Amino acid sequence: MAVQEVALARAPEMHPSIITRLHELVVTVDHKKLGLMYIAAALFFFTVAGSMAALMRLQLVVPNNDFISPQVFNRLFTMHGTAMVFLVGMPILAGLANYLVPLMIGARDMALPRLNAFGFWMFFFGGLLLYFSYLAGAGLSGMGSAPDVGWFAYSPLTARAFSPGMSTDYWILAILLGGIGSIVTAINLIATIFCMRCKGMTLMRMPMFVWLMLIVAGMILLAMPPLSAAQIMLLLDRFLGAMFFDTQAGGSAVLWQHFFWIFGHPEVYILIMPAFAVASEIIPVFSRKPIFGYPFMVAAAIMIGFISFGVWAHHMFTVGMSSIGNTFFAVTTMLVGVPTGIKIFNWLGTMYGGKIRFELPMLFCIGFLFQFLIAGLTGIMLAAAPFDWQLSDSTFVVAHFHFVLIGGLLYTIFAAIYYWYPKAIGRMLNKKLGLWHFWLFTIGFHLTFDTMHIPGFLGMPRRIYTYDAGRGWEVFNMISTIGVALQAAAVLCLVINLLWSARKGEKAGDDPWDAWTLEWATTSPPPAYNFEVLPKVRSRRPLWDIKHPEDPDWRYE
Amino acid sequence: MADNLNIHQIAVVPEQVTNIFKPLATPSESIYQISLLTLAICGVIFLIVGGLLVYTIIRFRTRSNDEQSEPPQIYGSNQIELAWTVFPILIVFVLILVTARTISDVQNATHPPDSLKVTVVGHQWWWEIRYPDLGIVTANELHVPVSDPAKPRRTVLKLQSADVAHSYWVPQLSGKVDLIPNRDNYMWFDPKQTGLYLGNCAEYCGTQHAHMLIRVIVHQQEEFDRWVLEQQKPAVDNREVTAGRKVFLSTSCVNCHTISGTIAGGKFGPDLTHLMSRDTLGAGAIKNTPNLLRAWVHDPQKLKEGCLMPDMQLSQQELDLIVAYLSTLK
Ligand code: HEC
Ligand SMILES: [Cu+2]
Ligand SMILES: [Cu+2]
Repeated sequence: MAVQEVALARAPEMHPSIITRLHELVVTVDHKKLGLMYIAAALFFFTVAGSMAALMRLQLVVPNNDFISPQVFNRLFTMHGTAMVFLVGMPILAGLANYLVPLMIGARDMALPRLNAFGFWMFFFGGLLLYFSYLAGAGLSGMGSAPDVGWFAYSPLTARAFSPGMSTDYWILAILLGGIGSIVTAINLIATIFCMRCKGMTLMRMPMFVWLMLIVAGMILLAMPPLSAAQIMLLLDRFLGAMFFDTQAGGSAVLWQHFFWIFGHPEVYILIMPAFAVASEIIPVFSRKPIFGYPFMVAAAIMIGFISFGVWAHHMFTVGMSSIGNTFFAVTTMLVGVPTGIKIFNWLGTMYGGKIRFELPMLFCIGFLFQFLIAGLTGIMLAAAPFDWQLSDSTFVVAHFHFVLIGGLLYTIFAAIYYWYPKAIGRMLNKKLGLWHFWLFTIGFHLTFDTMHIPGFLGMPRRIYTYDAGRGWEVFNMISTIGVALQAAAVLCLVINLLWSARKGEKAGDDPWDAWTLEWATTSPPPAYNFEVLPKVRSRRPLWDIKHPEDPDWRYE
Repeated sequence: MADNLNIHQIAVVPEQVTNIFKPLATPSESIYQISLLTLAICGVIFLIVGGLLVYTIIRFRTRSNDEQSEPPQIYGSNQIELAWTVFPILIVFVLILVTARTISDVQNATHPPDSLKVTVVGHQWWWEIRYPDLGIVTANELHVPVSDPAKPRRTVLKLQSADVAHSYWVPQLSGKVDLIPNRDNYMWFDPKQTGLYLGNCAEYCGTQHAHMLIRVIVHQQEEFDRWVLEQQKPAVDNREVTAGRKVFLSTSCVNCHTISGTIAGGKFGPDLTHLMSRDTLGAGAIKNTPNLLRAWVHDPQKLKEGCLMPDMQLSQQELDLIVAYLSTLK
């Protein structure tokens, strides 16, 4: 404690000016600061991309609405999708991993701190570049603005002939930069997890969070390069006439789809594994039991990682593959359901027989469990290729993946915020506001996305800026849009809570949740060096061992 | 409007014409079967797992009296893990068998030699429709014969694209199949009822993706044969509108549109030879009424913003003449 007292005593004299503080952010290589910067930037892009979604829902609230022109609408869904995946999902994952992995494995920082900072700035400027396209996308030809080719940018819509101006080039470059950031983060995570674990922390004693982040990092390393390669090929097409994807010159449109989804499907799991990671930490603590079937959870996650590289063409059941191709990808896709089921059952097993405490992190995790279950089941429907021939590219698909990414990922991100904010800031988030957030968001989410499945059954394609009355789609679209208002109000509650509690929140103390992993063994917020003395561990729950010397975990593992 | 085309004798648009659970042809029917099965299995799983979750949450919530003590610490169980690995595998196995069968039924079906062959070419944002064996070229509205059990008649579509990727989706007839440049895809159906079937382009294809609508009109065989005869005739040559015809042929309309028997041979836009036989204009964007036709020729950008037919800047007089001429193209 001596060191911290010295630090506290010195603090008031320094009065760092805002310039100094900003400068510190720019030059920092500290994993905790970078982690928080990632999360803050991601939340910023989240509000921007979320507002774009709200505008689209407003346009669709009634048939034949002319609130927004088709051109603007098409840019909105392209930017919304691209931003949510590359500027929100990926960085928030990087932020959580950055902040928590070193603390959880008892290390003082990431293995490669400078590379870490490099990764952040690549992502951040990539994000700004993407939005800069609104101003500069027109380019010399004066045509276009922000990209409007959809987030998976199917060729040949991206060829010069169909996408004049620079908008598609901004899209390519922004994603290339983000991709570099992600690859760098993945390398860093792997190096950190393999080389920096404290004494006694064998691989099989790592918290599930760390395991899942390790798997995510491995998947990023395999999935990102095909995307980056495809982006570079597309750039060559657009500037040097390479003709990989330019169908008018004999290129292949389907080739792009293969490249994109070889990245795109694993990407889905790259985004959902962090959700698993968070849930696997929070559910045990608030059920007061260790995670059920730890080795099976690890094995299931590794299996998901592997299988997810063999399912990509389930996004392409309608491109006219042979019946053998379609069957193959239907089979592999359904197989992913098995390890995913194992994970859900193990969380259930963790809660079963426990003493469940309904704190905010746990509420969001329970929401996650239900919604992810539904997402998984609608996923099985889409995996049945013939069913997919009807549902593909309909609003049903949109509802399905929003159940995965909002009902699954975003709920656990909220859970993570309520759970680790006290560690990072030193103060608790307000519970009352948090409950408002939870209930408003949950009601809003279900209004918007439960109803969105149905127009898909009734033949409504996705990405249309307007529709005629009389096909039975009106009510559902109306309810969908109403739900957005509740979700927006809920996010506002969260933002207010984050700002207010940073100053006025109740003091958290080191270990407010009576938890078991190493990050709770240090102060809140942790000092720059994380731990005064590097910890030694003998089991998966080092803090349990300390709190229960009469019944430590290492006796059973 | 005209009386020769029978479109108006077709039954009123049925309720929910794009509902995938109201199939009216063999492929959509097989898809419907497997959809119901999948939905049922998923529904049962949801009830069981969801029920267990609810039970666990209620049964094992913390009660106020026993806050302090920790529950028994249980680390796992191999038997239980085995159970919940094997059951899902069995379910997946069943689903895979059914899926494989349906895929093969739909994709590997052999077509009788008398099937009607149609080529559909996707364009930004309209459909070119060709009947190679009948020598007919039209746009947006696909006419096919009904397939009644006594006299089954299948329609096989060859799907191609002139520019970007599109997708042909008429939910009541079949699942969707994409139209991809440099590639031939196929789709087939045997409509069980006469009437109007609607659909949409289902692959995002640019600005007016939303107004790339599909109309399939299913006729009795005789009615269909009559339609074919009408379409095979060259364009009507009506003396009263010679002036309009002249104006049309002297503007750049001819670079984009074809009217058989004239010098107009453009392929960039829809064939106008029998324009008035169509119910809608602009791939379903608007109804084909005299007023709307006039408005379209005057400035299509006002009716279908961003579409690839430019505002032709016609004078009022030219407009009157051209529209009068187009109105005779039955
Ligand atoms: C640059 C090429 C181009 C020129 C020139 C052009 N059109 Fe078009 N036209 C199109 C395209 C493309 C469409 C289909 C638009 C859509 O549905 O998105 C179309 C659609 C139409 C339609 C509706 C057809 C249907 O069945 O939906 C009519 C009628 C028409 N044009 C008439 C004319 C007339 C009259 C002129 C001359 C004054 C003209 N066009 C000049 C490209 C052109
Ligand atoms: Cu996928
Ligand atoms: Cu289209």
